[in-house]
Amino acid sequence: MATQHSRAAARIMMAPAVFLLLVWMLVPLTMTLYFSFKKYLPLRGGDLGWTGFDNYVRFVTSSSFWPSVQTTLVIVGGVLFITVILGIMLAVLLNQPMWGQGIVRILVIAPFFVMPTVSALVWKNMFMDPVNGLFAHLWKFFGAEPVQWLSQASLQSIVMIVSWQWLPFATLILLTAIQSLDREQLEAAEMDGAQPVQRFAFITLPHLGRAITIVILIQTIFLLAIFAEIFVTTGGAFGTRTLTYLIFQRVLESQNVGLGSAGGVYAIILANIVAIFLMRIVGKNLDA
Amino acid sequence: MARAVTTNRKIINTTAAWAIGLLIFFPILWTILTSFKTEAQAIADPPIFLGFDWTLENYGVVMERSNYMRFLTNSIIIAGGSTILGIIIAVPAAWSMAFVPSKRTKDILLWMLSTKMLPAVGVLYPIYLLFIKMGLLDTRFGLTIVLMLINLPIIVWMLYTYFKEIPGEILEAARMDGASLREEVLYVLTPMAIPGIASTLLLNVILAWNEAFWTLNLTASKAAPLTAFIASYSSPEGLFFAKLSAASTMAIAPILILGWFSQKQLVSGLTFGAVK
Repeated sequence: MATQHSRAAARIMMAPAVFLLLVWMLVPLTMTLYFSFKKYLPLRGGDLGWTGFDNYVRFVTSSSFWPSVQTTLVIVGGVLFITVILGIMLAVLLNQPMWGQGIVRILVIAPFFVMPTVSALVWKNMFMDPVNGLFAHLWKFFGAEPVQWLSQASLQSIVMIVSWQWLPFATLILLTAIQSLDREQLEAAEMDGAQPVQRFAFITLPHLGRAITIVILIQTIFLLAIFAEIFVTTGGAFGTRTLTYLIFQRVLESQNVGLGSAGGVYAIILANIVAIFLMRIVGKNLDA
Repeated sequence: MARAVTTNRKIINTTAAWAIGLLIFFPILWTILTSFKTEAQAIADPPIFLGFDWTLENYGVVMERSNYMRFLTNSIIIAGGSTILGIIIAVPAAWSMAFVPSKRTKDILLWMLSTKMLPAVGVLYPIYLLFIKMGLLDTRFGLTIVLMLINLPIIVWMLYTYFKEIPGEILEAARMDGASLREEVLYVLTPMAIPGIASTLLLNVILAWNEAFWTLNLTASKAAPLTAFIASYSSPEGLFFAKLSAASTMAIAPILILGWFSQKQLVSGLTFGAVK
């Protein structure tokens, strides 16, 4: 249906968005690459010349690198595990007939709309404060010693806060997927004598496979980049320094731009590995 | 075939779902309740759930002491501005990809998506440096542009998905009747696309409002939105739970309300149309 004329028009209409994103991607990326091969300390002498792959080597051999990788993996893995498992259970439950389903849905997804700095600070102070927090009250009520959440169990605390933020996302997407499941198929299985557990394992779960993959991939990309939750709770102390946070500290706090940029290149590569899988699924969907 | 559900099972479902729903919502509820307490009641042990002396004092203190209105204005301008700007740029792009697709359309869409996956921290210093050089650091304009760019791929994708659902025959019919391209877009397409544009607008205001990497790193005092305002509460000075709660409630209330309207769009928007 497209004419020569409309093709040309289409190209012009697409140009601003494509151009802006191209600039937004290429300019900073090129600069990061450029800095990563330099000894560049803005506050201590500025540009001190080329260093080859020195920054790349130093970044991965520094004593804080592997702990930060481990922290990142624990947080991403922990949050994924909790949100996917609970998300599936919650989605199945919310799909059942009940009174006030709409209201429960609203209650469940509400945390997703809370800005990260608010949820981190509310949890840090009103729940996890070792003196006045609700958890401290609860622990004392049962005669236990209150836990210094963000210093003694820092990683678990962060995983908990972030899981609370992302559980709604997982639940909502899985619920949407479950609702597209053919009811008659489930009923046929039930008439053939399949137990609830069998119906879940052999019909519902396979049906959810794609949605689960998408939840995992999208969350991984966002979770690799969590920042505010750590910034306002521990500031990277007590073993909560993720790869993202380490790079942030190198670049803005200690102003070692060359080293931080090399770290940034690693982060970009890591995110791209995850992104490739996600894009493949999304791309297939485009053809359909 | 509709199957009768036993009332018993429905009662069990309802109880379980409400219990879990309230548990998940509890931190928000607790924050809202605490915002109406005095500081002493806010940390009372045992905690007081409802039987406290309700007061609006904390809201007054927060608004007076911290120049709350400026942060709120910044949030509104930055979130609203970046979304509107993004939509103005994305509508023509999404329109052309949906109605005049070429061999490269799919590649362009996927490439746009890939820019969204670039980790922000990887380009933090370049953006920071460019902002200093261009005098954009701590300005609402600079932040509006950055948030527009990080959300542009989502905006294009959402609009594309909505536009795709508009039947091409209607446009063809309009063209047959002699409508020009401009008329076609203005009088045929736009009215049909308004619901889709509205949902895109809604979701992106929410995403921009809550964005907390660039807003924390590229602002100081002048252009700081609510995310940064709340972060300034991270070092406690004396008793402050009630005031933190009041500040938090004010920061999240508008978005909670908008969010409830955007449940459906959230799914297709955030999964780039992969789950509908």
